[in-house]
Amino acid sequence: MKYLHLIWAELFRRKTRTILTLVSILAAFLLFGMLNGVRESFDQAGQSAQGAKRLQTGSRLSFIDTLPLSLNDRIARTEGVTAVTYANWFGGAYQDARNQIFSFAVAPNYLDLYPEIEVDPAQRQAFAQTRTGILVGEGLMKRFGWKVGQKIPLLSTIFPNRDGSKNWSFDIVGVMKPKDKAAGGWYDQMLLMHWKYFDESSPYNRGSVGWYVSGVADVNQADRVAKAIDALSANSDHETKTQTEAAATASWMKQMADIGLIVGSIMGAVFFTLLLLTGNTMAQAVRERIPELAVLKTLGFSNGSVLALVLAESVLLVLIGGVLGLGLAALLGPVLSAGSGGVINMPPVGARSWAMGLGLMLAIGLLVGALPALRAMRLNIVDALTGR
Amino acid sequence: MGILKSFLRGLGLFLLVIVGIAAWLALPWPFLLGLAVIFLAWMFFTRRGRQTGSVTQVGLSTLGQRIGSSSVIVIGIAGVVAVLVALLAMAEGYRETLRKSGGEDSAIVLRGASAAEVMSTLMHDSVNVISQAPGIARDAQGRALVSPELVVAANLPIKGGLPDEDGSVQLRGVGEAAWTVRPNVTITAGRKFATGRRELVAGSGAQRQFAGLEPGRQVRLGNQTWDVVGIFHSGDAMDSELWADAEVVATTYRRGSSRTSVTAKLVNADAFKGFKEALSRDPRLDVDASTTLDYFSKQSEGMTKVIRIIGMVVGGIMAIGAVFGALNTMFATVATRAREIATLRAIGFRGVPVVIAVMLETMLLALLGGLLGGVLAWLIFNGFTASTIAGGVGQLTFEFKVSPEVLWTGIKWALAIGFVGGLFPALRAARLPVTEALRAA
Repeated sequence: MKYLHLIWAELFRRKTRTILTLVSILAAFLLFGMLNGVRESFDQAGQSAQGAKRLQTGSRLSFIDTLPLSLNDRIARTEGVTAVTYANWFGGAYQDARNQIFSFAVAPNYLDLYPEIEVDPAQRQAFAQTRTGILVGEGLMKRFGWKVGQKIPLLSTIFPNRDGSKNWSFDIVGVMKPKDKAAGGWYDQMLLMHWKYFDESSPYNRGSVGWYVSGVADVNQADRVAKAIDALSANSDHETKTQTEAAATASWMKQMADIGLIVGSIMGAVFFTLLLLTGNTMAQAVRERIPELAVLKTLGFSNGSVLALVLAESVLLVLIGGVLGLGLAALLGPVLSAGSGGVINMPPVGARSWAMGLGLMLAIGLLVGALPALRAMRLNIVDALTGR
Repeated sequence: MGILKSFLRGLGLFLLVIVGIAAWLALPWPFLLGLAVIFLAWMFFTRRGRQTGSVTQVGLSTLGQRIGSSSVIVIGIAGVVAVLVALLAMAEGYRETLRKSGGEDSAIVLRGASAAEVMSTLMHDSVNVISQAPGIARDAQGRALVSPELVVAANLPIKGGLPDEDGSVQLRGVGEAAWTVRPNVTITAGRKFATGRRELVAGSGAQRQFAGLEPGRQVRLGNQTWDVVGIFHSGDAMDSELWADAEVVATTYRRGSSRTSVTAKLVNADAFKGFKEALSRDPRLDVDASTTLDYFSKQSEGMTKVIRIIGMVVGGIMAIGAVFGALNTMFATVATRAREIATLRAIGFRGVPVVIAVMLETMLLALLGGLLGGVLAWLIFNGFTASTIAGGVGQLTFEFKVSPEVLWTGIKWALAIGFVGGLFPALRAARLPVTEALRAA
């Protein structure tokens, strides 16, 4: 630590070069912060502790096929199930069929199984009492500028209303907020309506249910309970497939896109370029300082400590740039999300991203410093001082 | 006062560069070609231009001594261009696959306000009414070329997935007419399915994505076993689907006599207007008709936009990093060549040739980087297959397409990075005080 001052002075010996290199490192880690956040939020979608406790039961035929409502009581009686609720996909859109909204028609007890969604008790009460009431995610309210108490028309891209039109009208009675902001991307953009209102108003639904969600008492028993639920309708005309919410979400995300591969390749290209760039800077820095390094050795610095000095310098360089870059990503994420009105949802830079980023900074710093540091260590004092 | 002046000059230059880059990226290529021609004419036919040429030559001939730091520019820019081109090629390939699936002379009819085929339902009566609309082409026997189809989603095990891990695939129930309405669909292995039997043919894209889709094998869809009897290829979005007899699909999926969509071959592209009008005027129907080109283009719109924006943002941030890398290298270059440049100035070379020579050198390196990145992206990603969920239901496989336009965008970015990376060091070179530089080192 007592050499920190020396290392610092060496680092800023040529301000322009160091600052230009720092900006490049900053850009690389800004990108890392943003992309890794996206990758993690994809990876962890549905992986919460709550997600492992919930089972989703859908039709084995495909996810667009429906199940009979009569299954509700039979699932509820299955051993190990604490509560069961159901929902239908509504396929809602606002004003234009392309403004699609995650909208579900749900049973009255749906929110009981999702304790991570926060709704004001008074608003929850209002929802229970209003037939045409809907609960809307906070982000979605902001995206369309809606207010509680407003009457809004929604288009269903799947279900016509009883009068044959696709226009449905709803009253906004409350706002849903995710309890944990970090994991809130999905609940923020969701809209819930009453399954009963939906079923009575749509001539096509006739008492069918899109999927069941059941809570299990013991997470370790989830697989056994899932099998028991599937056994209820084996060999019927509505066979089911039951998975934990975590597994269902993971499989869905995997089908959307191989985010891990895309992010991995981009970061590979970025860090390869960064290695070269910072490596060049360090090589230059050592090359022009050869006489000074020789003086240090003359003064009695050992080979090892010269090696350590150069390595420390390169690690410090990458660390400063990297921390600034990750910090910028942490600052920029919320600004971007707010600025786009909820259209883009940048996940915040989490502790895991920081840990991984710091690890990468150390590794890159050491790798980049290795060759120049070895060169500095092997310097022959006499040759270096005479400029040979 | 002096500080303020130089600050204002710097700010002005910065704004000018930003505007210049924006214009450069937005302008069409004929305009840029004109610029290049004017520049070359200047190089060859004016005194200053020829001076520039010789200063550039001197710079390039000593490039070998600076190979390490110069390669930072080349490889840095190659990285930016490779990532940008790869992402744009992904967007392009996706759009192209869906666009190819449609044409202007065929129409698809869905129930009103349905965003995709699976979400639509058309009753048997409606299908009959639609088939009699004007403007539909007829075959040699005088039958209307209309294909009522039933599209459902089906679950199948993914290749290389965990046991019990299913993916979603689009299953299209079709009649005999489907093959004549879509003449580009050809059977490449096995045979067509037989009417009334639980047999299916799989698209080549679906075959790559899902396990067990080989002719002669059996797959389970829902609670029934189906025989795979053939593989078809069409080169568009249909490749990701399974086709089977519409009646059998309707029975399995309990759809009765309803269908999800009607695809019709029209007499020609102009007939669409009359066709659409006739359908919307008919009080028995509540349907939306669009040309298949329009329908599939709309499907790809959102996704293409998202991928393009991601490409631009990621490319933009990487470009900033590369610009600073280039600045670093070129400042170092100017510093090592300070004496040489000062000598040139002392014997009468003016500032402009020196500025342009340094910029030319940077931009040549950038061009090299851009080409390298483009070629790399082309080698690795052209024809690379990827898949995503499309149309809300099934896996859609598509190939990355590194088109000339995409490559051109990459080269333009490379040159822009080289321009900014060279400009500031070039200005420094021109402003070097001659006497000091000659005395130094």
